[in-house]
Amino acid sequence: MARFINQHSRNDSNSSASIWMAASGEQKKKSKGDGGDSSETESEGGQKMAKKGEELKEDMDSLMEEIDSVLEENAEEFVKNYVQRGGQ
Amino acid sequence: MAIPTVMGTEVEFGIIVKNDPDFDPISSCVLLVNAYREDPEGRILWDYDQENPLADARGFQVDGEKYTPNQQENIARNKTLINGARYYVDHAHPEYSSPEVTNARDLVVHEKAGERVLEVSRREANALLPAGAVMLLHKNNSDRKGNSYGCHENYLMDRRTSFKRIVENLLPFFATRQIYCGAGKVGSENRNHPCDFQISQRADFFETEVALDTMVKRPIINTRDEPHADREKYRRLHMIVGDSNMSEYTIYLRNGVTAIILSMIEDGAIDRDLSLSNPVRSIKEVSHDPTLKAELQLENGKRMTAIQIQNEFLEMALTYAARNKLDPVAVDVLDKWQHVMTSLQGDPMDLAREIDWVAKKLLLESFIERKGLDWEDPKVQMLDLQYHDTRPDKGLYYMLERDGRMERICTDDEIMEAVHRPPIDTRAFFRGECLRRFPEEVFGVNWDSISFSVGEEPVRRIMMSEPLKGSRAHVEDLLNQSKSASELLANLDS
Repeated sequence: MARFINQHSRNDSNSSASIWMAASGEQKKKSKGDGGDSSETESEGGQKMAKKGEELKEDMDSLMEEIDSVLEENAEEFVKNYVQRGGQ
Repeated sequence: MAIPTVMGTEVEFGIIVKNDPDFDPISSCVLLVNAYREDPEGRILWDYDQENPLADARGFQVDGEKYTPNQQENIARNKTLINGARYYVDHAHPEYSSPEVTNARDLVVHEKAGERVLEVSRREANALLPAGAVMLLHKNNSDRKGNSYGCHENYLMDRRTSFKRIVENLLPFFATRQIYCGAGKVGSENRNHPCDFQISQRADFFETEVALDTMVKRPIINTRDEPHADREKYRRLHMIVGDSNMSEYTIYLRNGVTAIILSMIEDGAIDRDLSLSNPVRSIKEVSHDPTLKAELQLENGKRMTAIQIQNEFLEMALTYAARNKLDPVAVDVLDKWQHVMTSLQGDPMDLAREIDWVAKKLLLESFIERKGLDWEDPKVQMLDLQYHDTRPDKGLYYMLERDGRMERICTDDEIMEAVHRPPIDTRAFFRGECLRRFPEEVFGVNWDSISFSVGEEPVRRIMMSEPLKGSRAHVEDLLNQSKSASELLANLDS
């Protein structure tokens, strides 16, 4: 049984990893700051990707198109029905 | 000398099922949690004997009924995972409690692993819903109708540190740390002043300084005294004031800076009095002012901005770091805290790659500008919500991350590893490995115990009252020498 679970969890590891990746598209390829250890050093001095406010806003154009394609339809109804009771 | 850092988070997620007129949050949570099948027999219990949420850190026991579900309900609501985490139904929300970790970087990895666990089970649960119905989860803290749910941080502290001192030192820190920890929110609620956008998801919900409550009249400092460890030596500081963050960098600072401040409190290194006249008012004033110019009234008569107060804490931390050897993660946290404080004094919007509320504000402002909308528009509120959506293809935070617009602290591979492996340097390692190796014999689990039921023998509970014992270094040989739970118990005796 223990071996079965071992096996199960390994399989699960692969399948859940692939589920995650599949839906997130080519995450690795597109992610610029995702360099593992290097991302820490990158964020320190260089800030090569950091841009000032206005520049960043202009840079948002392509993103806005992407948002249009993923934004939940019927926003008004969705937001109205979004009720979350019983939280701490 | 401050005790070593041990921390974890408990994150409650928002849950909704679209196109289901009969949506019931509790049964949806049960469906969700049970859709995650690590333990195919589904029979491991959560050990409620070890719980006492009614003990107050100020030294008394509050009246109330302790919740203990029956066995069937217990199994249906609780999953203890092989990575050492607890995944369960808490009231009407799915909740993920990370395993105990020793530093902020591991905390980020394991909190992010929780997002993956929730998303994997959401997909499995969706397959069981009627056609057209879609379950969605949000890692946020508010429905914008006056209901809030938490992201609780837990930190192990030295019991000898006076609780009064902890409270005094932490109130001004917690009222102001949101300037680099806030997740951002459109509008206000809970009868607070109207606003377009505020820094924190949670600030509107704090009504008192210090109390035991978590669901009503929420306190900035929660007094739950349930150490889940040797109560003679330790307390577990249970902090309910924080936001649920998506940005790895923000999570890293939220837990990393707080852990440094707590070590400083243990060592008596907070030597400036920054007491606020009215912390409950201040936490809202800070949240409602994204320009960060608001001045807060101190008890000593001075007025200071949140940036000035955080700079005071930073200066004290730098002095502390110069006199004490901090671990490499804490050194890096300090470095990033300095970077963030410098940017906040310039243009906060420069932190759109690092800090959630800034990233969200930039996204929303760009959208509003291009579409000619106002802050009241449901689409803007939808965007706010969707920033926290756990779906990698629809969640707006994940979209920013995928586009390389967010600073990362860890890699996707590390996060996936943490879905299936416990941290190696706390008792979570022993818990997770026992669950992985001996799932049939594990009978019940709590943070500080694990019990086994082997054959006809009576159930045996192994106590783990030292959070740093049970690490890989301590128990790997023991586990490798034990081919069965029975051998493990025998080896523990010898």
